[in-house]
Amino acid sequence: MSSRNKILAAVKANQFSYAELPDLKMLNTLTDTGDNLVERYTAVGTAGGSFVYEVADYDAIKAILQKEFKPGVKIISGVPELDEYTNVEDVKHELSHSFADVELCILPSNLGVAENGALWLTEQQMTVRVLPFIAQHLAIVINKDNLVPTMVQAYQTIGDAKYGYGAFISGPSKTADIEQSLVIGAHGPRSLSVFILP
Amino acid sequence: MSSTATKDHAELAAIFNRDEPRVDWHDETLWWVRAKRDIAAQKLPEWELLRETASQIKNNVLSNLSSYLEQFEANAIKNGAIVHWAANAEEHNQIIHKLLSERGINRMVKSKSMLTEECHLNEFLAQRGVDVIDSDLGERIVQLAGEPPSHIVLPCIHKKKEEIGDIFHEHLGSAKGESDPKILTETARQHLREVFLTRRAALTGVNFAIAETGEFVICTNEGNADMGAHLAEIHIASMGMEKIIPERKHLGVFLRLLTRSATGQPITTYSSHFAKPQDGKEVHIVIVDNGRSIQLGREDFRNSLKCIRCGACMNTCPVYRKSGGHSYHTAVAGPIGSILAPNLDMKKYADLPFASTLCGSCSNVCPVKIDIHDQLYKWRQVIVQAGYTPTAKTIAMKGMAFTLASPALYRAAGKMGRLTFKYAPFAVNNGANPWYKHREMPKAPEQSFGEWYAKRKEQKK
Ligand code: SF4
Repeated sequence: MSSRNKILAAVKANQFSYAELPDLKMLNTLTDTGDNLVERYTAVGTAGGSFVYEVADYDAIKAILQKEFKPGVKIISGVPELDEYTNVEDVKHELSHSFADVELCILPSNLGVAENGALWLTEQQMTVRVLPFIAQHLAIVINKDNLVPTMVQAYQTIGDAKYGYGAFISGPSKTADIEQSLVIGAHGPRSLSVFILP
Repeated sequence: MSSTATKDHAELAAIFNRDEPRVDWHDETLWWVRAKRDIAAQKLPEWELLRETASQIKNNVLSNLSSYLEQFEANAIKNGAIVHWAANAEEHNQIIHKLLSERGINRMVKSKSMLTEECHLNEFLAQRGVDVIDSDLGERIVQLAGEPPSHIVLPCIHKKKEEIGDIFHEHLGSAKGESDPKILTETARQHLREVFLTRRAALTGVNFAIAETGEFVICTNEGNADMGAHLAEIHIASMGMEKIIPERKHLGVFLRLLTRSATGQPITTYSSHFAKPQDGKEVHIVIVDNGRSIQLGREDFRNSLKCIRCGACMNTCPVYRKSGGHSYHTAVAGPIGSILAPNLDMKKYADLPFASTLCGSCSNVCPVKIDIHDQLYKWRQVIVQAGYTPTAKTIAMKGMAFTLASPALYRAAGKMGRLTFKYAPFAVNNGANPWYKHREMPKAPEQSFGEWYAKRKEQKK
């Protein structure tokens, strides 16, 4: 017998009597559905090390990025409105390793979570999976209406969507492995800027 | 760790306890993490129902695990992953070695996976000429130090920054005497970036595997799992078979609990959902039993398989905090490790269920409501019945059985004991008393129950 069948047989033999899945309704009604999502997102995101900006339009984003990033550095944009940078579509066939020198990567998100500052991006928004990890800095653009209170609503929004890969990203890469002192910039981006559009 | 293989928890704890200021520091640091967990938990009014729900979902998983495993496998295959099954650690290691050697790969980058620690994968591959680099900062530090992790979430919590500075100076060329965590982290970042960019194979653990979709989720703060997996040609994900959850929406329960319980953060920086391989790349999933199906059959201990490896039970445990993770001489330390290890080898780990005060703090913080301290108590009985009692306990318990069997001796021994506590505490608080290392000595009562009862009878007359 293959290990697969042996393992499954052993599991089957040792499983105890069937226990129903719990109903999530009660839990979901107790879960926050509140308002002030931008305010709350901003507070939690900032506490998690992100720079959160509420901006009026794409021009405001451009102005901030111009101030924060010197001209000449490699910037890749997956946001069509931010078109003065290299468009991710034009470089998506390059080897993932070639993005090692990307200074800033700007991507859109359609789902943000107020309770933990997380933003959901699938391969569709990333285009290249490694981009939001390998770039030295990351910026994510989201519409205010796409914020939800908690992970409960987040997974309701995701539903049974099909994706090859997706990630919640809630801040810059960080570690506290040395004596529990928080250090921003472990292996991934050294900063996360979140731009919230009206 | 061959030098410690024959020492039991009490002996190893005694070694850790030689450096008192360090013990205090270790104790306080972990308690601080526990306090952060409390603050995070108290922010959610539904916290207790969340724990209960998670526990019930896991109950359902364990009661239907074989179907869920088949469902997960079928969906993962549909997604384009290749699924392997390993009955034990040896088979797990062989599968991985074969995957690498078939592709002529002799260097691999690995993100945090306690399962591979449990299986001793690094040693297995090293003996076969495959170099493995751990990419989680804490794991890299202990790897360079030639030690196993001492905590499942905080692998080098036992190390001071000056020691880490010395290790980095020796291995990564940082300046001598440099101990600033920022500079040391930057040193590791540069070193590991080069590793990520040059490894053709990446191994990761799995936090949750979803039966409904065949995807698996990995949670990190550093982004190391993603850096490794997205840059490599082949991504191998090793998972204990209990990592299954039924549906994607259940992540909305578990991801809310995991990091709040672990470190007090509302979520990890990255919660990555891997469904399909990238174009032209391979994803292999290794599902590992290694004693889990046996544990499933032990009615008193099967709940231990609900564990989501948050580490909260360790942070809160008074014994763990004061004895250090290495004193448990097993991959998963602390209260939960002390339940899991005897399932694999009751004789070797007979001491672990005794390394507890049974105070119940672990059960109180566990996000999936495992009855940890009850299980530790039950293991003690199983171990004693099987004749595997740790030596120190055997001597003391034999004395006790003898005294309890003889009422006259019991009275005399009790009186003697009380006199000794009161007038010569050094006589019991020294290493010669085998009980002392295992528990705090209670304050001696002024009179025993027997004396009190006799006196009361006197007075009533
Ligand atoms: S037993 Fe509970 S508290 Fe301990 S690591 Fe597992 S899930 Fe966390």
